[in-house]
Amino acid sequence: MSDSKRPEPPEGPMCLTRRSFLSISVLAGAAALGTPAIARSAQGQGSPEFKGWPKSYGMLTDFTACVGCRSCEKACNEANRMPAPEKPFDDASVFEESRWPSATAYTVVNRYKNSADSSRPLFRKIQCNHCLEPACATACPIHAYTKTPEGAVIYNKDLCFGCRYCVVACPFNIPAYDYSSPLDAKIVKCILCFGRIKEGKIPACAEACPAGALTFGRRADLLKLARKRIIDSPEKYIDHIYGEREVGGTSWLYLSGVPFEQLGFPTNLPEKPLIELSKGYLSTVPVIFTTFPAIFGMVYAVMRHNERAAGKEERSKQHKEVDHE
Amino acid sequence: MSNSIQDASQTSSTSGEFRVWFMNKLFMGMSVEDYARSLATPFNLASLLILMVSVPVFFMRYTRGLASVIDGTNAYPWGILLSWGIFASEPMYAAGFVVAAAYYLFGMKSYRPFVRIAVLGGMLGYIFAASYLLIDLGRPWRIYYPMLINFGTSSILFIVAWHVSLYITVQLLEFSPALLEWLEARRLHKWAVSGTVGLIIGGVILSTVHQSALGALYLLTPGKVHPLWYSGQLPLLFFSSAVYTAMSFALLLVFVAVRYFKGGCDAEFLNGATALTLGLGKGAALAMYVYFALKILALAQDNRWGLLFTPYGYWYLVELLGFVAIPMVIFTIGVKLEKTGLVRFAALYAVAGTVLNRVNVNIITFNWYLPDHLHHIIPPWTEITMVLAMVTIQVLVFRWIMNRFPVTRELPEYKGTH
Repeated sequence: MSDSKRPEPPEGPMCLTRRSFLSISVLAGAAALGTPAIARSAQGQGSPEFKGWPKSYGMLTDFTACVGCRSCEKACNEANRMPAPEKPFDDASVFEESRWPSATAYTVVNRYKNSADSSRPLFRKIQCNHCLEPACATACPIHAYTKTPEGAVIYNKDLCFGCRYCVVACPFNIPAYDYSSPLDAKIVKCILCFGRIKEGKIPACAEACPAGALTFGRRADLLKLARKRIIDSPEKYIDHIYGEREVGGTSWLYLSGVPFEQLGFPTNLPEKPLIELSKGYLSTVPVIFTTFPAIFGMVYAVMRHNERAAGKEERSKQHKEVDHE
Repeated sequence: MSNSIQDASQTSSTSGEFRVWFMNKLFMGMSVEDYARSLATPFNLASLLILMVSVPVFFMRYTRGLASVIDGTNAYPWGILLSWGIFASEPMYAAGFVVAAAYYLFGMKSYRPFVRIAVLGGMLGYIFAASYLLIDLGRPWRIYYPMLINFGTSSILFIVAWHVSLYITVQLLEFSPALLEWLEARRLHKWAVSGTVGLIIGGVILSTVHQSALGALYLLTPGKVHPLWYSGQLPLLFFSSAVYTAMSFALLLVFVAVRYFKGGCDAEFLNGATALTLGLGKGAALAMYVYFALKILALAQDNRWGLLFTPYGYWYLVELLGFVAIPMVIFTIGVKLEKTGLVRFAALYAVAGTVLNRVNVNIITFNWYLPDHLHHIIPPWTEITMVLAMVTIQVLVFRWIMNRFPVTRELPEYKGTH
């Protein structure tokens, strides 16, 4: 069966965070029913659509729990050996301006006004969403990006030539380019702590979160968990899991108490993977290569034929004139 | 002993002859002093000034990184350098394919004297477009990676990379007869012209795919390019606007040749220039009607009418009515009244409209929903300097070739070979 073709992600930790982890029953239920079913539908034979790697990991961010402590930023910075920031991680003055992941930070937390309760501002952690069918990977002309079976979208800087089409293509404006590097520029973005997942650990941000806002686990399980939370406390959440369907789904999922546009999420994205938008064009290219030579060759032949016919007419006319003389 | 001395003196005399022949070619028959004196013109002085200013800017780019010279950010990765260097200028460079196809494939025989200058404009343009990449790419020495190292076959940019490099090759081959005539290499010339029709058809294919692929690059960005400019028809829109832009550019090139390189034009070129201007003007007008209709169809297809009455909608109407409909009408009137001046004006106007369209897609409406969008619209002077320097070099190289190669004249000994 086709199931054997795709590599299985290694056995790793399931949903673990310091404070919140999934109850065993949810896990067992998912393992017994959900995951195999999803795996089957994802790899249904003859299905032209890729619905994502089965059993791949993801992350669930619950913005209702986030307190803006920036522990995740700090842990990320250390785990990925990034340069120390200008302002320390416990300095809340960074919230005065809107920040964005950059060449020196995989992730940042921003503060937003809470229109319902101004005393309790909202926080949003921003990083790569690890799309199931990433536009960056579709866009890269050198195939420097890979969506791994584990769920991480990773990037190989040894192949990149720095065109930044991935930056153009990303619907979330995530890949950051280090413009200040003269000849060694590369793309910088969250890699879902790919190395740590391989070692059986969980991403550094999830491990560090003291508020239970980050839950790491299999995406299929996280979706169930997110739905359960919405069902259990409908007054707390809006009925939308961001990332479930956007651009074909992302490995990183979000729950929020306010509409996502208030947190700066793009809400104008299609639900199909972006590659679907360029597939049609890609398939016309070989058609042009096969039909154009025939069409234009024929045009050329018609032209030559008419030329020759005109030449013959001319000659026979001349002959006649000669005959008359 | 005496033999070898004789040999040596013979060799030195032939190499001396070669030197004289070569210098004659290089300095157009003038002595070095006369040639140097002929260069002291206001135009050259201005060019020199621009190039001198640009040297430290280019130096900064390769020593301190792109950040020191362009306004590249993670929200707006492609600035005016690429927007002009690739997207806005490449439609013009389809000139070679449009005129060559008219002459070789469609049998429009009166276009023969103008094929070469159109091919030259296109060829140089593509070479320079690739040169902009050498400035903008983070690791420019890897420019060949999509061709040899690793293949991103799902990428539209992969298509663009392949087609641009193949098309540059095809255009070099298309133009090679002029070079070979200049160098008086008869046998190679014979070979070079033998494959012309195949090359022209190849050029039509490569150019069609490549021009449309520039639009297709943005198919991935439905959430980022403003919905009035984003359309599933982007490839077709980019291709069809390239057709009239290329015709406009070709007739402007012919005007430049007649105006500034008259001495190098033969009678056939000069006598045919008016008819060609009107002919291409007619073609461009027709192509603009097609493009205008396609733009309306794209609006209708996505049902974007309501967006027309928003600030971006007004800007859209400025582009569509002010820079497509108006030049289209001027073209029509100019062709009807047979006023070449009016047709040339329309051509310049139409080219400006295409530049505006590409800048709109690349920069002005890209990421239009971001909070402080438009702050990046005015590029830093360093980026403008680099663009000006590139354009200057391109004009100088064009002039160098026009002054030497038989571009706008047919050499008697090669008559009827192409």
